Amino acid sequence: MIPLEHYLYIAAALFALGVFGVLTRRNAVSVLMSIELIFNSANINLVAFSRYVEGAVGGQVFALLVIVVAACEAAVALAIVMSLYRLLKEVNIDRASELRG
Amino acid sequence: MSDAALSLTRFIPELALVGTLAVVIVADLLTQRWETLRANSLLTWIAGGGLLVALFTSLGPPGGGALFASMIADDGLLAVLRPVFALTALFVLLFSLRARELESVRMGEMVALIVTTAAALMWMAGSVNLVMIYLSLETVSVASYLMVGYLSSERLSNEASLKYILFGAVSTGAMLFGLSLLYGMTGTLDLYGVREALASGAHGPELLLVLVLIAGGIGFKIAAVPFHFWCPDVYTGAPTPVTAFLSVGPKAAGFAVLIRFFYSGLATPEGGSFLPIPGSEAQTLLIVLSVVTMTLGNVAALLQTNLKRLLAYSSIGHAGTMLMGAAALSSEAVHAIGVYLVVYLFMNLGAFFVVILAHRVTGSFDLASYAGFWKRSPVLTIAMVVFLLSLLGMPPFMGFAAKYYVFIAVIQADLVWLAVVGGLNVAVAAAYYLKVVMTMVIEPGEASPPAFAFSRLDAVLLALLAIPNLVGLLFWNALDGFTRVSRQLLDLV
Repeated sequence: MIPLEHYLYIAAALFALGVFGVLTRRNAVSVLMSIELIFNSANINLVAFSRYVEGAVGGQVFALLVIVVAACEAAVALAIVMSLYRLLKEVNIDRASELRG
Repeated sequence: MSDAALSLTRFIPELALVGTLAVVIVADLLTQRWETLRANSLLTWIAGGGLLVALFTSLGPPGGGALFASMIADDGLLAVLRPVFALTALFVLLFSLRARELESVRMGEMVALIVTTAAALMWMAGSVNLVMIYLSLETVSVASYLMVGYLSSERLSNEASLKYILFGAVSTGAMLFGLSLLYGMTGTLDLYGVREALASGAHGPELLLVLVLIAGGIGFKIAAVPFHFWCPDVYTGAPTPVTAFLSVGPKAAGFAVLIRFFYSGLATPEGGSFLPIPGSEAQTLLIVLSVVTMTLGNVAALLQTNLKRLLAYSSIGHAGTMLMGAAALSSEAVHAIGVYLVVYLFMNLGAFFVVILAHRVTGSFDLASYAGFWKRSPVLTIAMVVFLLSLLGMPPFMGFAAKYYVFIAVIQADLVWLAVVGGLNVAVAAAYYLKVVMTMVIEPGEASPPAFAFSRLDAVLLALLAIPNLVGLLFWNALDGFTRVSRQLLDLV
């Protein structure tokens, strides 16, 4: 059987990749994809723990709910990106810089 | 009665809001062909009625148990915060009728979103289960993103919304990762189960890591430094009533979640205080967060020339003051935060309402456009001075009570140096609040500016917000009594 640690390493690596993507990507859609990585790293953790930790079954339910919430959030985020695209004709987040100070 | 049926009887305010939401959505569809103004006022009055029902049904003593199989705590903290949320949403709803930005826009979705957020804030304040905390926090967040970006043809509103959602998604993602690790460490999603599991063993840095990740999500909601970057931009870009809502509602709910985590989940109650689980460094974390948050918030507010931005940084400063109270880890601290949130509702919503009314006439949020305000509208100037001095914590006004309770809680926890830092911050805050007062009263301004006109609704709202601030201290006992129940945190073990 694959030990629990392996799942945790994968999840931690995904989380780090997601954070790295959020910090370095300038395209709003790429940033959203990186955010999905963060959510899914947490999901891997949840499902792995609920499989390996005795008596813990709630994690799988949690993971399902996270998938639903992530879908909602992605829908809202893409709607906002679309709306901004209509005004700016591009999706580079550095262009969204009128608010500062 | 079964647990679910019994829980539903203690869940009337939330049910009323969900019902109102359904009615608002249908009414919005039925009034598609009406002219905008008429449809907007009908929807506002429907939602206002629903919020009033929620407000009155939420008053009363707490039930004292857990609802829906220990998902939601029906305790004193929830009993204090439910009316706060209903009242905030009610004020914001009426503000949005008067805001210039929203005047020619159809308000169907906005009204629905305000009602949704009010219900989700109530869920958030009561959550004692990791899943429930995450779900309610995300419900509030997604509704807020949509409200901030409501003016879809305006660049600033869109930009603010994009920044908010990108920042919010990363923060809640980090929090979720922390929650998943906490679940792995304890094997349970129940906050009291988490405490039980944590208390039985020793912990190293992994618990601190989890705590920092979770603090990221909560810090985002209450706009604590270093998770505050979204705050000034979003407050400036959002329609002003939404800004007012965000500065009070989610902040209050965020503090409720913070108390649930740090007091119920990660500390064991002993007498009147809460002892953090060894290895969690919860108190150090809260102290560091509070010092950084209030100092940066107040100092940055000094440099602002836009009143909405200034109030954004001032709200960061207030979050720092409340965090200072939270760091005391005692029942007094919970009570102090309860008082602070109730008082903060009146003073901060009041300040934003004056900004909304001024924007109707001047069309600007710049501090410079407030020059000569005294000559144009003495009533509005006096109201603004009352709100600002109350925010500062000046004694004859109600803001003093808020500051008093927090400082007493901090000093009783033997954190005198922290109280001194807090005191210095009040001095810094005085500089920028008084700068606004000076601009309004002393600077000359234009020679013949357009006059202010009040509607009857404006006068009523202004009075409802200003009078509690003015005579608040006369009702010190009532305020103390109403918020005292917040000390009764649910404890299931």
